[in-house]
Order: sequence, then C-alpha cells, then structure tokens
Amino acid sequence: MASQEEPDDLDKRRRDLEAALAARRPAEPGGEGPGTGGKGDFANALRLSSEFIAGVLVGAGLGWFIDRIAGTSPWGLIIFLLLGFGAGILNVLRSAGLVAEFGSKAPKKGDTGPQGKN
Amino acid sequence: MATDPIHQFQISRLIPIEIGGLDFSFTNASAFMVATVVAAGAFLYLTTSSRGLVPGRLQSVSEMSYEFIASMLRDAAGSHGMRFFPFVFSLFMFVLVANLFGMVPYFFTVTSHIIVTFALALLVIGTVIVYGFWKHGFGFLRLFVPQGVPAVLIPLVVAIEVVSFLSRPISLSVRLFANMLAGHITLKVFAGFVTSLSALGVAGVAGAVLPLAMTVALTGLEFLVAFLQAYVFAVLTCMYLNDAIHPGH
Repeated sequence: MASQEEPDDLDKRRRDLEAALAARRPAEPGGEGPGTGGKGDFANALRLSSEFIAGVLVGAGLGWFIDRIAGTSPWGLIIFLLLGFGAGILNVLRSAGLVAEFGSKAPKKGDTGPQGKN
Repeated sequence: MATDPIHQFQISRLIPIEIGGLDFSFTNASAFMVATVVAAGAFLYLTTSSRGLVPGRLQSVSEMSYEFIASMLRDAAGSHGMRFFPFVFSLFMFVLVANLFGMVPYFFTVTSHIIVTFALALLVIGTVIVYGFWKHGFGFLRLFVPQGVPAVLIPLVVAIEVVSFLSRPISLSVRLFANMLAGHITLKVFAGFVTSLSALGVAGVAGAVLPLAMTVALTGLEFLVAFLQAYVFAVLTCMYLNDAIHPGH
C-alpha cells in the first residue's frame, strides 16, 4: 500500500513544484531589475526621447561634415537634417515596436511590415 | 563648492602622465573605472568561488545576474548570440557597478561623462560592424535595404536607414550619460536646498523638510535609474548584435 501511495504523493508534489516554478518563472529574469512588472515599459519610455534626438543630431552632424568636405554649404545640412528627422522618427517608431526592425525580418516585433515603413 | 551641483563631475589628475604631448594622466575618473572593474570582478569571483550546489545569498546574486543577461541575449539574438555573452555581461556589469558606485556619497560617477559612455557605445557598434562584415561580407549591407519597398523610394529609405544606424551609438551613449548627469545634478540641487533653507532659521528648517523628502525620494529613483540604464544598455547591445548576426532575413 505504501509503495502505491508514495509515487502518487511524489507525483503530486512534483506537479505542485512545477506549477509553483512556472508561476515564478516569468518574474525571475526581472529579479535583477527593480519593479519586474513595468520594467520593460519604463525602459522603453527612457529610450524614446533620446532615440529621436540622436537621429536629428546625427543628421545635422553628417550634413555639416559633408558641407565642410564638399563645400556645398547650406544644402548638405538642409538635406541631412531632414533625413535625420526622418531617421529620428523611424528610431522612435522602431523602439516603440510599431515598425519592423532593421532588415524587416521581425516575426515577433512590429509585424506591420514594410508597408508601415514610410 | 558645497552647493555647486556641477562640482561633483570635475576631473582631477591624480598621477600626471604625459606621453608625446598627450595627456595620459591617471585621473579620478580612471581611478573609479579601475575600482569598478576590480569591484565587479572581485564580487563575481569571490561569490562564485565556493561553487555551492545550493547557492548562498551572494552566490545567487551572481548567478541571477548571469541568468539575467544570458536569457536576455538568447531571447534577442538567438543561441548564436551566446558567443557575445562575455562582452555583453562585462558591459552590463561595468555600467551597473559604475552607476551604483555613483550613488555612494563623495564617489565619482564614471557614467556621467559622455566620453566614457560614448566609448562604450562605440565599442558596441564597432563590434556590430566588424562582426557583421566579417561574417556576412557585403551581405551585411542588406541591413539597410528593407524588403518590399518600391524601387523609387529605395535611395531615400536607405539614406534614412543609414542615418538611423549611425544614430545608434549616439542615442546609446547620450541616454546613459544624460540620465546619470541629470539625476545627480537634481539630487545635488535638492540637497543644496536643505542646507540653504535651514540656514534661514526656524521657519527655514521647517521648510527644509520638503526638499529633504524630495532628496530621499530621488535617491530611490536614482537607484532605479541606475539599474534600468544598465539594463537598457545591455538590451540594446543585444538587439544591435542581433542585427550583426542575422542581417535581413
């Protein structure tokens, strides 16, 4: 009798343990960071502004650099500032997950696909 | 000096070194970078040296940080990405420990200097570019050409994608630097209010309770930001490495 009861008991305990572990698992990777729930969202929020600013800055920098090299004074700055603005918007949308990632593979993130690109 | 919120970021030479007209001095920033590396390395080494099958508290902290980065990297870049694990883990630990060191009073915050964070970001993006070209040759450039775009728009889209790619190290470094700088300045300014208000007599002391409460709250927030910024830096590193490993499927 005892031999029949024991495996049952063991099975039950194992299942309980599995359930408890499964319930705990999604929270586990967040053990390092604080506030496991909204961490990803908060991290994303921190990203957005700097993504846009970086796009514009790089556009302006590139334009200014090209102007200096090629001597096409205002045009490089104008065009690349606009391109940088576009890149900034693209960065923001991409980090918000609204546009496909680089190379438009994105099976999991932002499957709006290339038509949402422009 | 006590109330100057910028003073904490000043760099001073500890051991002046000059080689060929260039300043290679060992500064307080270098000292804290060395301290960061030593502290992170010593912590990981010492806590895991017992190799207990059932980890103690500190050992499980080390194992958790390992698991944390490993699962993040595996999620973002696949199992191929695991060859970059040492790189991402070192970056994460460096940024995290440097941020946390900055929270100790009178310590220097290494990551509040853009040259430090920019060097880290350049390391990341340099790794992405070198590995991408080494692994895929010119196929790496497909990264900039999204599929399904009308041929007329391709030059424009490629230009925008290139600028977007180039903006990555900037945003990566500016984010970390700006958050640490702004946080520490805010903290210092509010703490300065406490001293300057309480110099005004009894009413000032009563009023100083408000900025004091704010300082306490901000300290908590800064710890949160210290963790989050290290996390964001590591997550983005993983995503960028993913582009180098799998450009344009």
